[in-house]
Amino acid sequence: MTALDTSARFVDPDAAYRAIIEAQRGLTESQGADLNAALVLILANQLGDIALLREALALARATLERAK
Amino acid sequence: MKTAEPFARFAYHRHADQARATPASYPVVIIGAGPVGLTLAIDLKLRGIECVLLDDQDRIGEGSRAICFAKRTLEIWDRLGCAAPMLEKGVRWNIGKVFQGEDQLYQFDLLPEAGHKMPAFINLQQYYAEKFLVDRAQALGIDLRWLNRVSGIRHHQDGAELTIETPDGPYRLDARFVIACDGVRSPMRAMLGLEFIGEEFEDQFLIADVRMTAPFPVERWFWFDPPFHGGQSCLLHKQPDDIWRIDLQLSPEADTEHERQPGVVRPRIERMLGHADFELEWISIYRFQCRRLERFVHDALIFAGDAAHQVSPFGARGANSGVQDADNLGWKLAATLRGRAGLIASYDQERSEAADENILNSTRATDFIAPRHRTEARFRNAALALARLTEFGRRFVNSGRLSLPTVYQDSPLSTPDEQPWAAGPSPGTPIPDAPLGDGYLSEGLRHDFALLWRRNVSDTDGIDGLPVIDVHEKDRILIERFALTPGAAYLIRPDRHVAARFHQVTQDVVAAALAKAGAA
Repeated sequence: MTALDTSARFVDPDAAYRAIIEAQRGLTESQGADLNAALVLILANQLGDIALLREALALARATLERAK
Repeated sequence: MKTAEPFARFAYHRHADQARATPASYPVVIIGAGPVGLTLAIDLKLRGIECVLLDDQDRIGEGSRAICFAKRTLEIWDRLGCAAPMLEKGVRWNIGKVFQGEDQLYQFDLLPEAGHKMPAFINLQQYYAEKFLVDRAQALGIDLRWLNRVSGIRHHQDGAELTIETPDGPYRLDARFVIACDGVRSPMRAMLGLEFIGEEFEDQFLIADVRMTAPFPVERWFWFDPPFHGGQSCLLHKQPDDIWRIDLQLSPEADTEHERQPGVVRPRIERMLGHADFELEWISIYRFQCRRLERFVHDALIFAGDAAHQVSPFGARGANSGVQDADNLGWKLAATLRGRAGLIASYDQERSEAADENILNSTRATDFIAPRHRTEARFRNAALALARLTEFGRRFVNSGRLSLPTVYQDSPLSTPDEQPWAAGPSPGTPIPDAPLGDGYLSEGLRHDFALLWRRNVSDTDGIDGLPVIDVHEKDRILIERFALTPGAAYLIRPDRHVAARFHQVTQDVVAAALAKAGAA
C-alpha cells in the first residue's frame, strides 16, 4: 500500500510555495477560493489514488485541529 | 392543468375467500399493484406459484412518477412477456447532454456498443408501464384484488395472517410469505413501526410535465445554471404523447404552495422554452430523500421497491431497482416454497447491497447538483469549469449516474473463480446481452438456471436437469463479451447474474456451484 509521502519532495520547496502564492496575486478572496477549488481537483486527479487522497484530506483536517 | 383523473380504473369484485369462515391460504400474498408488485406477481405466476395481488386502490393514477426504464428492467419485462408494448409506446434514448449556462459541456452515450436487444433506456409514463403490466397479469389470470386494503398482520409459525378491508367488509388471508410492495409511504412499514433510515435534502425540485410539440432531440438534457433558471439546475426528458418532463431545482427556502401555482410555473417554463405554446399537465414539488429499511426481511413479511428503499430521482434508480428486487426475489421464493433453505436471507443481503449502491450514487448526484454551502458550490463550479477544458473534469461532473444493475460482490450464492479469467462478467455480475444465433442471449435464457457453454466436440454430455445454451463459433460478439475459450461455460442464475464460471465443465463442479447458487 502506498502512503502519503510527508518528506519534502521538491528540490526547491521555496519555489513551489512561491508559485502557489503568486497564483493568488491580484485575485479577490472569492476568486482565490475558486482557484483553490480548481487546483484541489486538478491535484487530486493527478494523485489518482483514493486512499492517498483520503490521507491527504485527513492531514489537512489535522491542521485545523492544531489551529484551534 | 388537468386534475389527477385516473388513467385506468378497475372493478372491485367480491372474492369467494371473503365468505370463508377460516382464512384461505396462499403461498404468497403481494401488497401493492405498482411496477414492483405486478412484476413479482407475473414472475411467480410463470414459475407456477399461486399468489394474490392486493391493492388498496381501484385505479392507476395519472401524475408524474417514474419515467425512465432501464435496459435491465426491459430485459426482465421481456422475460415476463410484456416488454413489447413498453418498447412500442416508449421513447428510446441513449444520449445524454450536459450544459452549463448556454454551452454544452459534454455528451455521453449510455449504450456505446451494439448487440443488445434492449435500448439503454426508454422513457414511458409510469401509468403506461403499470397498464401494460396489469394487461399481462390479467392475461395470465393472476388473482388481482382491487380495493383490498391490508389493515393488520399477525405472524405465526408458518407465515402470517392478514386482515383485509374491502367495500364488503373485512376478511382474512393466510400466507406463507407476504411481500410489501406498497410504495414509498408503505402502510405495511408503518404498521410494523419500522424505521426508514436516511437523509432528506434541503433543496426542493419542481417537477412539471408539459405537453407540447418541440424540436428537441430525444435525449436527456441537463443544465447547470441555465440562462432561463439562474443559479439552479434543470433536467429535460421527452415522454410519449408529446409530454416533456422538466425538473427545476428550487431553493431550500422556496414556498412550495406559491411555487406550484400554474401562474408561477408557466413563466419559468416559458423562459426555458422561449415560447408559451404548451399545456401544463402536472406539477408537483419534492424534497428528495434517500432512505432504507435496515432489513428487508421481517419473518414472513418481505419488503421490496420503494417500501424498502427510497432514492432521489437523478439516475432513475427508484422503479428500476424495485423491479430488480422483484427479479431477485421471485425465483428465490419459488425455490424456498419447494424446500430450498437460505435463499430469502440472500435476497436481503444482495438487494441491501444494491440499495446501498443506489443510495450512494443518488446521494452523490444530489450533492453535486444541489451543493449545501458556498464551499461545496465552489468545488462544483470548479468541476464544471474544468469540464470545459479536460476529460477528468467531465468525469467529476455528476448530473445523475444512470441506473445499472448492481454487481453482488459478496453473494453467498456465488462460486468464486478458481482460475483467472481474461475478461467477462465475474461471479455476482449481471450478464451483458449479446447476439446469439439469430436472436439474443437475453431471449435464449428463460426463467431458470442455465449453462452458457462453448462446448467442445468432446463435451457431449449435458449436465443433469440444467438447460444448456450452446455458443457456436459464429457467436463472435458473445464469445468476446464473455471471454469464452473453447470448453468454457457460465452458470447463469434465473435473475441473470453469474453464479459461477468454468474454463472446463465437469458434472461435479457445476453441480456444486448450482447447489450453492440455490437451485431447488
